Amino acid sequence: MTIATQAATRHAKTKSAVSPAVALFAGWFIPGAGHLLLKKPIRAALLFVSIAAMFAIGIALEGKVYTPNTGDPLDILGFAGDLGAGGLYILTRMLDLGHASVQIAIADYGSKFIVVAGLLNIVAAVDAHSLASGRKLP
Amino acid sequence: MTLTHFSAVLLFSLFTSVVFGITQRSDPKKMVRFGAFCFALFVGGTIAASWVMWAIKH
Repeated sequence: MTIATQAATRHAKTKSAVSPAVALFAGWFIPGAGHLLLKKPIRAALLFVSIAAMFAIGIALEGKVYTPNTGDPLDILGFAGDLGAGGLYILTRMLDLGHASVQIAIADYGSKFIVVAGLLNIVAAVDAHSLASGRKLP
Repeated sequence: MTLTHFSAVLLFSLFTSVVFGITQRSDPKKMVRFGAFCFALFVGGTIAASWVMWAIKH
């Protein structure tokens, strides 16, 4: 059996019934949901707790929640990071949580916690996509 | 809510390491090992950088 055939066989065996796009979107919208759809409940729970806790701590530290269209390029990058948290970010904006600007020193840490939670959620969602497509071994 | 600088480092390192461990490795044992490695690097790197900044100031 050639290497290409072995790779194709492995790909066929590891490919999930869940569409990679669905796993990606679910994982973005709710942290860990992509892994839950792929029947990885422990990984899903750990991802959800880690990302949601990080986001919540950022909010509790009075971190800045970035919004689009402020005109500042750094704010746009911050917004892209925050948006990675998916449903958590949408919920935060709907409930008007967080602050529009950093007002105390520790709040700067909070802003970073929120942005990094969003970026980690993107990493987790892409991992769910890779598992669903068979590119990563389950 | 208030956090000390060090507790903020510990929380940041913990959550980030968990996600890195799960997403960057396939085998559960390797996930734990890589997560612990990332955690040690985050915390150790921060302490090292803190001492470097202290040394520059003094």
